[in-house]
Amino acid sequence: MMGFSEADIMAIWLTFKVACIATLLLLLIGTPIALWLAYTKSKWKGPISAIVALPLVLPPTVLGFYLLIAMGPHGPIGHLTETLGLNYLPFTFSGIVIASVFYSLPFVVQPIQNAIEALGQRPLEVAATLGAGPWDRFFSIILPLSRSGFMTAAILGFAHTVGEFGVILMVGGNIPGVTQVISVQIYDHVEAMEYNEAHWLAAAMVIFSFLVLTLIYSTSRRKKVTGGLYGS
Amino acid sequence: MVLDIRFHNSFGDFNLDIDISLPTHGVTACFGPSGSGKTSLLRAISGLMKPKTGHIIFNDQIWQQGEQFLAPHKRSLGYVFQESSLFDHMTVVQNLKYGQGRTSSPLNSQESDHIIDLLGISSLLDRRPDQLSGGERQRVAIARALLPRPKILLMDEPMASLDMGRKREILSLLERLKSELSIPMIYVSHNVDEVTRLADHLIIMDQGKIIQCGSIQHIMTHYNILNNFSDEPFSLLFGQIINPRTDHNLTEIMVAGNVIRMPCLERPQGKRLESGQEIRLHLYAKDISIARCAPQQTSVLNIVQGHIHAIEKTSQDGQCLVRLLLGDVPILARISAFSCDELALRPKMEVYAQIKAVSLVQ
Repeated sequence: MMGFSEADIMAIWLTFKVACIATLLLLLIGTPIALWLAYTKSKWKGPISAIVALPLVLPPTVLGFYLLIAMGPHGPIGHLTETLGLNYLPFTFSGIVIASVFYSLPFVVQPIQNAIEALGQRPLEVAATLGAGPWDRFFSIILPLSRSGFMTAAILGFAHTVGEFGVILMVGGNIPGVTQVISVQIYDHVEAMEYNEAHWLAAAMVIFSFLVLTLIYSTSRRKKVTGGLYGS
Repeated sequence: MVLDIRFHNSFGDFNLDIDISLPTHGVTACFGPSGSGKTSLLRAISGLMKPKTGHIIFNDQIWQQGEQFLAPHKRSLGYVFQESSLFDHMTVVQNLKYGQGRTSSPLNSQESDHIIDLLGISSLLDRRPDQLSGGERQRVAIARALLPRPKILLMDEPMASLDMGRKREILSLLERLKSELSIPMIYVSHNVDEVTRLADHLIIMDQGKIIQCGSIQHIMTHYNILNNFSDEPFSLLFGQIINPRTDHNLTEIMVAGNVIRMPCLERPQGKRLESGQEIRLHLYAKDISIARCAPQQTSVLNIVQGHIHAIEKTSQDGQCLVRLLLGDVPILARISAFSCDELALRPKMEVYAQIKAVSLVQ
């Protein structure tokens, strides 16, 4: 019997770091998108929703492939990072964080969007007639009234980032301490026939996922207005 | 001091075409059937809806003109919505304070307490909206709209979702608010009763257009329009109390040069009436009968002399509606077509109207 190796612990810590930073970015980027989608009457609502939802249906390898190209020396993101005097993103920690943000976006946008849509325009109209400006309305009305949607979004975004594999492998490869996250590490163990090690990490992931989902489902049952889960 | 509104807006095949100047004092009732554009008018005034073209100018402040558009939160208005619109994540007192903390000159604590008392919600302050009844919520919503000291209060059928009992309760609160505060109100309603009780001015809308507007007295005198929306034809009379309580426990009211006597209107708990006070009386057409010569030895208290202006034979029910004028004040009487023929009633004829019942609008 053995527990986690040093490399495993490094992978766990790395995964945790990626997930935390990605979740923060996801909330910052996902909230305005969700707000726009919830309230817009623009004809662009459909296409934008579809783009946000693409990672739900695309194989992660496809998403990872295009991100790899885009971040590379000939891609638009690559050009951008070059002009800014930064390194290219593929095979870096920042690269997998950004890839994770794309990959987990629907899991953050949709619960927030659902919660805001359930809220409707009325409370915001009331707040406006009582003198609250747009930012004030967001913080005093939208945020507290769709708190559970934001919670669900953050938890799902975090958990989904923890669980990704294909995109990270495509964009980040398998560099210990830089891009070697838990799922990639498990793949590595299995490739090397280290089933025992793989078991430890795999079981940890199952328990983690189970706890996260239990948390979401029990809170969403208590509260009436929630973000809602895919398929729920 | 006026609220000047002119705009055109279309929603699909519905066109809203407004061009009106409203006085910014007293209660202006906006009356019309469902779907006539009343709520849209209110939303345009508040800025919650932005008409594509036009202008809205409140006293001297431009709310909308050309490219200029003042956002709703800068317009200093109170808005009471049709259904309960309290913030569910806040207690009653937090709801009340929401607007108060977001304006430069809210009511001071003494004035707020007065409003809170007036609306009878001082015992509810720590409750959450889901612990309140429909009527209580609407009272909180009205107080919440008033506490920031808005320059105008817009009310969109605030009683539409309430039952009769609660309606009556809120209506009398609104009457008290009207008499105690000097804030102008625009009150959207499709209820004739509410309008006759509250309104000083009247806008009547139909299919996105304003078909009549003016003081309620003017409209009730010159047009019969509210009756199109009432099951039972009625007349609204504006009078002045000349004697609140006679020796026979009657109240005497002067209406268009005639004295109308009613069972004493003063009530033990109610406010005392004073001579000179203006009141409104409601007369149902069915409570008025017509005689060609002065009736004698009758128990009917109120008999007034006037002349017939017009006679309408109403449909097939054997009734007809007689429009009488007492001076220039119109009264409707509903009598049978048989009596009408028997008495040979004709326009311009001098007659006596016997008023069997009259009620105070309150």
